[in-house]
Amino acid sequence: MIEFLQHTVNGISVGSTYALIALGYTMVFGILQLINFAHGEVFMLGAFIGMYSAKHFGFGDQPSIGALLLTLLIAMVGCAIMGFLIERLAYRPLRKSPRINVLITAVGVSLFLQFAGQLGFGSDPKFFPQVFQPAGDWSIGELRFNPLQVIVFAISLVLMLVLQTIIFKTRLGRAMRAVSFNHDLASLMGIPTNSIISSTFMLGSSLAGAAGVLVGLIYPKIEPLMGTMPGLKAFVAAVLGGIGNVTGAVVGAITLGLAESYVVAYYAPTFRDALAFVILILILLFKPTGLFGIRRSEKV
Amino acid sequence: MSMSSKKLSFLFLALTLASAGCTKKQAADAPAASDVIKVGEVGSMTGTEGTFGVSTHNGIELAIKQINAKGGVKGKKLELISMDDQGKPEEAATAVTKLITQNKVAAILGEVASSRSMAMAPIAQQYQIPMISPSSTNPKVTELGDYIFRVCFIDPFQGTVMAKFAAENLKLKKVAILRDVKNDYSVGLADYFAKKFKEMGGTIVADQAYSSGDTDFKTQLTNIKGKSPEALMVPGYYTEVGLIARQAREAGITAPLLGGDGWDSPKLAEIGGKSVEGSYFSNHYSQEDQSSVVQTFVTEYKKAYNAVPDGLAAMGYDAAMVLADAMNRAPDLNSASVRTAIAQTVNFPGVTGTITINSERNAVKPAVVLVVENGQYKYRTTITP
Repeated sequence: MIEFLQHTVNGISVGSTYALIALGYTMVFGILQLINFAHGEVFMLGAFIGMYSAKHFGFGDQPSIGALLLTLLIAMVGCAIMGFLIERLAYRPLRKSPRINVLITAVGVSLFLQFAGQLGFGSDPKFFPQVFQPAGDWSIGELRFNPLQVIVFAISLVLMLVLQTIIFKTRLGRAMRAVSFNHDLASLMGIPTNSIISSTFMLGSSLAGAAGVLVGLIYPKIEPLMGTMPGLKAFVAAVLGGIGNVTGAVVGAITLGLAESYVVAYYAPTFRDALAFVILILILLFKPTGLFGIRRSEKV
Repeated sequence: MSMSSKKLSFLFLALTLASAGCTKKQAADAPAASDVIKVGEVGSMTGTEGTFGVSTHNGIELAIKQINAKGGVKGKKLELISMDDQGKPEEAATAVTKLITQNKVAAILGEVASSRSMAMAPIAQQYQIPMISPSSTNPKVTELGDYIFRVCFIDPFQGTVMAKFAAENLKLKKVAILRDVKNDYSVGLADYFAKKFKEMGGTIVADQAYSSGDTDFKTQLTNIKGKSPEALMVPGYYTEVGLIARQAREAGITAPLLGGDGWDSPKLAEIGGKSVEGSYFSNHYSQEDQSSVVQTFVTEYKKAYNAVPDGLAAMGYDAAMVLADAMNRAPDLNSASVRTAIAQTVNFPGVTGTITINSERNAVKPAVVLVVENGQYKYRTTITP
């Protein structure tokens, strides 16, 4: 029983790292109907920006909550700039092209960043400085929690609420929803569509940057290809929750984390990665809108 | 449309010109080839196991420089042509084919990982080019053909070493295994360890698996913790072992970790931090060995690369030295003569011990057990076959 509970705790903690990445994924899709495959690579860049800035400021030697927040901030700003550049250089020129062109470009950007990362950072694994180390172990009886993972879980819930607020309660959010509803009409209504789309990308990318730092902190081995698998998993999580739906992304990610943990514990560890794709296929076959998705009627 | 097709055809033209330029250059080089002996190297210079390839490359390069400084082999200089396989078996196969068919190398040095050596060996065998793997320890590697050699010990021995060490030196009875099922080396080592440890009266209380590339091992470790082992055998690569060690401590496992030569990288202590302290692994040599061969090598290596040579660098150095020695002894530089000469290597004084190639084309030599202390790998004991 205690082992089952521990597997559950482990599953939720893995799931919350997927949730962090899935949030940005699903938001960009929700607004632009673009599956940004480069999201996983922006996540990787976030981890590297975090690592280099933490090394530069020597945060690894003096861990504190302030150091963590500052590292997060730098990585988020850095990734927002990257997101802006990716959108401006790769996606905007294709705004009027068929959607499949943009999709293929997204795969191209993703591969470009993976290999540019290997050139730039070197492809051997790097150690992520421990910028924040909560004291002691947290445990209830035999059940053990990694304090960092509890914090990551809390952060992903907070970010989910922040995103919901931005999308549904602010002017920027209203503009985003308008652009999502009809691109051309929104621009006729005086909404600066280009800058709204840029902000959507910057917001999504900064979430990926935050995820990069937090995941780097928990699993302190980072390398230029680290974004690929989590990126795909986060995509599956987003589809599972209903792509475009912020709450759905978090629920989908936690579900995926739990499912993986149970499969590794009670069936076979080699099925961990296969499971995500089995789920993807099942969801697309039986409930393509995901758990929380709403079917949108396409206007012809 | 016309614009982009114009661009495309321009690109195509440029590519054709570029490749034509390449062919020309090679043709011009060809006459000079008789003054040098070309030696091909395939390694994971980039990729997640990058330190394996880079260390081995440095070792080989140092050896070749020293050989050439002493006048080369049969009056000819050795020329090293290195290819990066990015840690992928399919790239290793392509690289070895290119080295043999285009660069016309006389011999191949490589790979570190057994999975990649096993992708290369059938090709080297097919073209009958001698291949020496510096440090692939899976027994199947040299079984792939009579042109395939290695200068390291094999996993049945390495597994036995750790089992002996656990049972005799540490006096353990209950050990758990966490193996990388995607890695031939890890699976082999885990099997041989389990076999020997059971023979010596120990019990394997848990045998869990992961796949290389995983970052979360908590679930497997939770299962292992329930069995309360006295040590945890993790015969994987340093890329995962550092994270496994951390998460083992988080899961409440305090027992030491045991492993093989796949741990041999400074990154292990960096990523694992305090969690790998007091853990043991078997390796090919220890830089603390006071013999003059080892100390000269360590000094020369430090001078050239400003780093302490790890086991893989030493193996790379030995592989190149054994090859040069065999080429010197061979009556001519035919690949068949070189092959026979390598097979006849007896008591070659290598950095990683005295190397004798046996009838299975493997090296027979002792292993050392190292312990992690303050982030350094300290010599603990030597275990002989």
